[in-house]
Amino acid sequence: MTDSNSSIGQSVDAVPPPRRTETKLSIAWRELKKAPLSAKFGLLVIISYIFVAFFAPVLTPFGESEVVGPEYDVWSGEHPLGTDNLGRDMLTRLFYGARNTVGIAFITTCLCFLVGGVGGILAAAIGGWFDQISSRLVDILMAIPQLIFALLLLTIFGTAIPTLIIIIAILDSTRVFRLARAVSLNVVVMDYIEAAKLRGEGMGWITIQEVLPNIMPPLIAEFGLRFCFVFLTISALSFLGLGIQPPTADWGSMVRDNATLITYGDVTPLLPAGAIALLTVGVNFVVDWFLHKTSGLQDEH
Amino acid sequence: MNTKFDNGLLLEMRDLRIDGFRDEEWHEIVKGIDLTLNRGEVLGLIGESGAGKSTIGIAAMGYAKPGCRISGGSIVFDGIDLTKASEAVKRDLRGVRIAYVAQSAAASFNPAHKLIDQFSETVVEHGKGTKAEAYADAKELYAQLQMPEPDTIGFRYPHQVSGGQLQRAMTAMALACRPDLIIFDEPTTALDVTTQIEVLVTMRKIVEQFNSAAIYITHDLAVVAQMADKIMVLRYGELVEEADTRKMLSAPEEDYTKSLWAVRTFRKHVDAPAKEPVPLVKVDDVSASYGVVPVLHDISFEIHRGHTIAVVGESGSGKSTAARVITGLLPPSKGEVSYDGEVLPKDYRQRTKDQLRQAQMIYQMADTAINPRHRIRKIIGRPLSFYLGMEGDQREQRIRELLEMIELEPDEFIDRFPSELSGGQKQRICIARALAADPKFIICDEVTSALDQLVAEGILKLLDRLQQELNLAYMFITHDLATVRAISDEVIVMLQGEIVEQGAKEEIFSPPHHEYTELLLSSVPEMDPDWMDNVLAERAAKGGMQAAGN
Repeated sequence: MTDSNSSIGQSVDAVPPPRRTETKLSIAWRELKKAPLSAKFGLLVIISYIFVAFFAPVLTPFGESEVVGPEYDVWSGEHPLGTDNLGRDMLTRLFYGARNTVGIAFITTCLCFLVGGVGGILAAAIGGWFDQISSRLVDILMAIPQLIFALLLLTIFGTAIPTLIIIIAILDSTRVFRLARAVSLNVVVMDYIEAAKLRGEGMGWITIQEVLPNIMPPLIAEFGLRFCFVFLTISALSFLGLGIQPPTADWGSMVRDNATLITYGDVTPLLPAGAIALLTVGVNFVVDWFLHKTSGLQDEH
Repeated sequence: MNTKFDNGLLLEMRDLRIDGFRDEEWHEIVKGIDLTLNRGEVLGLIGESGAGKSTIGIAAMGYAKPGCRISGGSIVFDGIDLTKASEAVKRDLRGVRIAYVAQSAAASFNPAHKLIDQFSETVVEHGKGTKAEAYADAKELYAQLQMPEPDTIGFRYPHQVSGGQLQRAMTAMALACRPDLIIFDEPTTALDVTTQIEVLVTMRKIVEQFNSAAIYITHDLAVVAQMADKIMVLRYGELVEEADTRKMLSAPEEDYTKSLWAVRTFRKHVDAPAKEPVPLVKVDDVSASYGVVPVLHDISFEIHRGHTIAVVGESGSGKSTAARVITGLLPPSKGEVSYDGEVLPKDYRQRTKDQLRQAQMIYQMADTAINPRHRIRKIIGRPLSFYLGMEGDQREQRIRELLEMIELEPDEFIDRFPSELSGGQKQRICIARALAADPKFIICDEVTSALDQLVAEGILKLLDRLQQELNLAYMFITHDLATVRAISDEVIVMLQGEIVEQGAKEEIFSPPHHEYTELLLSSVPEMDPDWMDNVLAERAAKGGMQAAGN
């Protein structure tokens, strides 16, 4: 149902809807209280990860790559989760891993959205040859399996963290480009875009002021999902040895380094993997809720 | 007609109440409506948007729109209380004994299936006949509805037929199971006047022929006057007045009904100023095409300061294209557009800021013409800072002035989002945005056709006042001749990309007319229940004379 012909209770020219007096914060708080349990759980997970990432040095007694005991030490009072293959404290590295992996994934996702989002909106707004060239370029990038392509590029350009961030951001921005372009196409046909063009506005104003605010909800939802994928890609690359390099603590490489323990029935190497899984699930819960709120699906009563 | 009710009573609503869910609360949107409908009777439901017309129409099938619920009262259809009936019972009634014809046929057909297959689906699904029988019946109905090539038209896809044909195909589909009750929800609103009259004629004939009862929902009084036996006027979900059509038209009792009836009487009362030697806008021998399809052929006209020129024609006649050529959105393939004696570059991208500022545009759908994520302050303020370099207090001051000019209270509206405005208020904001650029010429593209009549009249009055205060020139694109009569000084009649007639309003509206103008004028429904019969008789007589002449 569109606004123009919805006659449910709102008379087109009678009383306008009540004035919004609440602040954004109080609206957010009210929405939060109404959120489903899954979304609350997701938020709790995300907040605790952020907390751990920020306060890792305070929460742990040892240094990030400090050797504190024998290799593969069992769980004990001193080392609650034992030690790893070089004798570093597992819990400490898990906390620092949150900081590194989540931080890098976040920066990568932001960069990815900057490139893909701006590109997608411009492709939709300018159209014509610009749209054709950029869209085909994205098609070519997407045609190559992402992990293999990333491995190839990392082998060529080296595995420094900035290189890692740029490569993953660009490869992942293809998906963002497509989404941003698709949703922008629905917006650029609106009369207000035509009105802005006729006013003589430049592309900068049209992109940022006219189009962007109208495609925010799907982009934010995609941000959450994309973050998960970037996060998984980084972990996968680290597991394969081409991601974040030692001695920096990282969940992907922690799984690989301690994988031998599984043979002995020890669950320790699964903990970083579990940490990855939990965050992914949490983020997805929140994104689902957000999508549900913004797509108008809540109308079913 | 399976079961005849002794007294002929078919549908009865008693104290019907329907709630709608908005802003986290249930609001009553239909407040205790009583309605009785006998077999073979046509009831007209009229009112503005939000009066609850469609909601009642859907309730007649026992349903509520998404986000609504039937909260009280009863709906008895042929002895069955639909408010208590199970989903299965209602499903059996729907499409078989109660049919629904929606406003937009284009949106109601599945574009991937042929018309006749969609026709036969209901019939076969409800076990009313085989596919072959349904096909045969469809062809017969298409013929009765005077669709061209009734034997083959059903095998086309929805996009392969015109809007009027699609609306008739939908009426045929509604009739597939010979329902006892048909609900027409604004079935001709999306059609041109010349098509509308054809559809109205066939719908009325079919209702009479099958002795179906019908509920005809519309906001167009003249249309309902042709169709209905009795009329109910609704407002805010309440009944204002109910009477037989003739009585209702000749002697409405309530003030609200009277105000609805009086809407079409607005007339511009001041004569346009004398023409200056140099026209403000001059369109000189312009042709234009979309790709290889030519849409405008050698169009020439002039618009003078302080004058309103109305461009009339059916959809596809090129009237909006003419506006796109003037604004530079569609560069013409031939000819030129000049403003105040100065030839404008063909493409808007090559025009200077000042040239762009001079000609402003107001759109049909105010909903899509203003950015829903901008506040009013930004919507109106942007042209001020963009064109005139206004900032800070000066800009704020001017925004408030403009809001006052369009009769909206600045303090109340300046911080709102468009979604917090009504349709008429949004259109006013569009007008304010156009005025902010301080133009001398405004193109109004069907600015009132999406609005209720009372609201539309308010907009016309506002535009008229602004014209006098600011000496504006308007190019008023419309298909509604009542609007043309109300506001224009000069009229251009367009057909298939050509101007068939142009001149002062008095000339156009008084005979002799060009053939097409005549057709257009005679197709506009009037508030006379006999109007359609008269027009048909007249046209038939003329056709007969022509045939005799040949």
